[in-house]
Amino acid sequence: MPKTERRNFLLDFEKPLCELEARLDQIRQLAAENQVDFSEEIAQLEARANKLRREIFSSLTPAQRLQLARHPRRPSTLDYIQAITDEWLELHGDRSGYDDPALVGGVARINGRPVVMMGHQKGRDTKDNVARNFGMAAPGGYRKAIRLMKHADHFGMPILSFIDTPGAWAGVEAEKLGQGEAIAYNLREMFSFDVPIICTVIGEGGSGGALGIGVADRLLMFEHSVYTVASPEACAAILWKDAKKSEQAAMALKITATDLKKLGLIDEILPEPASGAHSEPLEAAATLKQALWNNLEELSSMSPQKLKELRYSKFRQMGIFQQVT
Amino acid sequence: MSTLFDWFANLRKTEPAIQKQQEREIADGLWSKCQACGSLSYTKDLKANQLVCPDCGHHARVDSDERIAQLIDPNTWKAIATDIQPTDPLEFRDRKAYRDRLKDYQSKTGLTDAVVAGTGLLDGLPVALGVMDFRFMGGSMGSVVGERLCRLIEHATSEKLPVIIICASGGARMQEGMLSLMQMAKISGALHHHQANRLLYIPVLTHPTTGGVTASFAMLGDIILAEPKATIGFAGRRVIEQTLREKLPEGFQTSEYLLQHGFVDEIVPRTQLKKTLAQLISMHQPFHHLMSPLKMETVVEPEQ
Ligand SMILES: [Zn+2]
Repeated sequence: MPKTERRNFLLDFEKPLCELEARLDQIRQLAAENQVDFSEEIAQLEARANKLRREIFSSLTPAQRLQLARHPRRPSTLDYIQAITDEWLELHGDRSGYDDPALVGGVARINGRPVVMMGHQKGRDTKDNVARNFGMAAPGGYRKAIRLMKHADHFGMPILSFIDTPGAWAGVEAEKLGQGEAIAYNLREMFSFDVPIICTVIGEGGSGGALGIGVADRLLMFEHSVYTVASPEACAAILWKDAKKSEQAAMALKITATDLKKLGLIDEILPEPASGAHSEPLEAAATLKQALWNNLEELSSMSPQKLKELRYSKFRQMGIFQQVT
Repeated sequence: MSTLFDWFANLRKTEPAIQKQQEREIADGLWSKCQACGSLSYTKDLKANQLVCPDCGHHARVDSDERIAQLIDPNTWKAIATDIQPTDPLEFRDRKAYRDRLKDYQSKTGLTDAVVAGTGLLDGLPVALGVMDFRFMGGSMGSVVGERLCRLIEHATSEKLPVIIICASGGARMQEGMLSLMQMAKISGALHHHQANRLLYIPVLTHPTTGGVTASFAMLGDIILAEPKATIGFAGRRVIEQTLREKLPEGFQTSEYLLQHGFVDEIVPRTQLKKTLAQLISMHQPFHHLMSPLKMETVVEPEQ
């Protein structure tokens, strides 16, 4: 995983921190060039930078988290897969005439154990993003995913899925090929599998397009990821009749990991490196690997029957309403 | 032959004074004007024709109680899960508080939420029926819609009943955030158990069926029926137009379009719906000697 050149993709709220870090670099350089001891000043500035970093990243608004979740340098599905597996072979195609580059999958080993992995894949740069359709999967993507899940079920391999999409592809071709049917089919079939399923929201979880690979025994979410029923932009346009109200919508929709944990919709929040997953991708990958492994070990001790029963009752309990007598 | 047709033909030639009187009578609800062709029908006749325009065949919107009356034999309807009410779990407020919106729709429609569920006889055949009501917040799917449909499907699974769901929805209810999205998975899970028990499920797609409902139970039927000219799709037209910056093909996202592309089994006019459903259900009484035993599946006891 490439380490970040952060300054190229600076978010507004990162700016004060970045300025401080730039000054630190200057002083370090100055000290080295002139062989002067600035260690006290440097230590002071470092402490200030750390404090500022903690302050900034512990009080992010939902809209700011959304920016982080969409950060162009945020580790993608393939980045994580490459970092956490011993071996990995991508498999292609939905067997109905299509191979979707926006939803990738294949067979892998994690700590020696064979698994099937899949996830939405965003691009690294504009050109790549166009090729990957910005991580917006077509019906063929969801059909490839379910084909791979059936493969996993058939061979007794656990399923690890990674969510990172603004939403399912909305286009004439997608409608013609049955985007709704493709997602719906996955939702139902994922309740039928005998093998453990663990789903992790690594970046942006956008609506039905996310859920289409998101029925799982365990739902994990990175600290700065978001998962939402509709993009705050769309929600603002529809409910506020004003696309500029997206910050307000992001707040109201309760899209952060902490909010979703409180609502009982996710199981575990994965902490991110101090400045977000994109600042230290390998550290984030190590956290992910450990969490996946822990959950995998726990789930592997259950019978298929028990697993399916718990999977259904987990989703069955989702929803808040009033029981009147 | 048809006196009604003659009558309509004459009606179009009427004088302005008579038109004025008719306008008054439309307001009184005595007459109804077709939204598609503008022709006037005597409301009682239109109801007898299940709100299908006798002139152009336009299918006007049907409220849930009316739909139940159309499909279920008299005095056999038993509602399910009437004891649950929507709340405002996110304390959501856009231009108006969700809490207040709920109260408004409840008093306007007399419904508690956007779906009514229950059991009854359809031409003598026992069925579990869910009817979405578009009047209630555009038939949007929140926690109560999800819970009510799940209880219906679970009840059907344990009583070995076929499930019919009349779909009419703009999609997820944004005011309930992710709770609403998860209802898609929850209902699909209930349908999995129903299907694993080899029970028949028929969704009927009516105008409009879009978004999260299309991407879940609307598309999971063993057999999928649609009313003529309903809008059915996953993404909204505006969203697609914006991303494409081009005109959409003719008839895009209609029942006829879905039929043409293989996602709907048949388009059934409303006046034929009850008969068609009865026909399908009676043809799917299982021949046990031809079937391998059911795969062991969890039977989830319905919550009551
Ligand atoms: Zn008409």
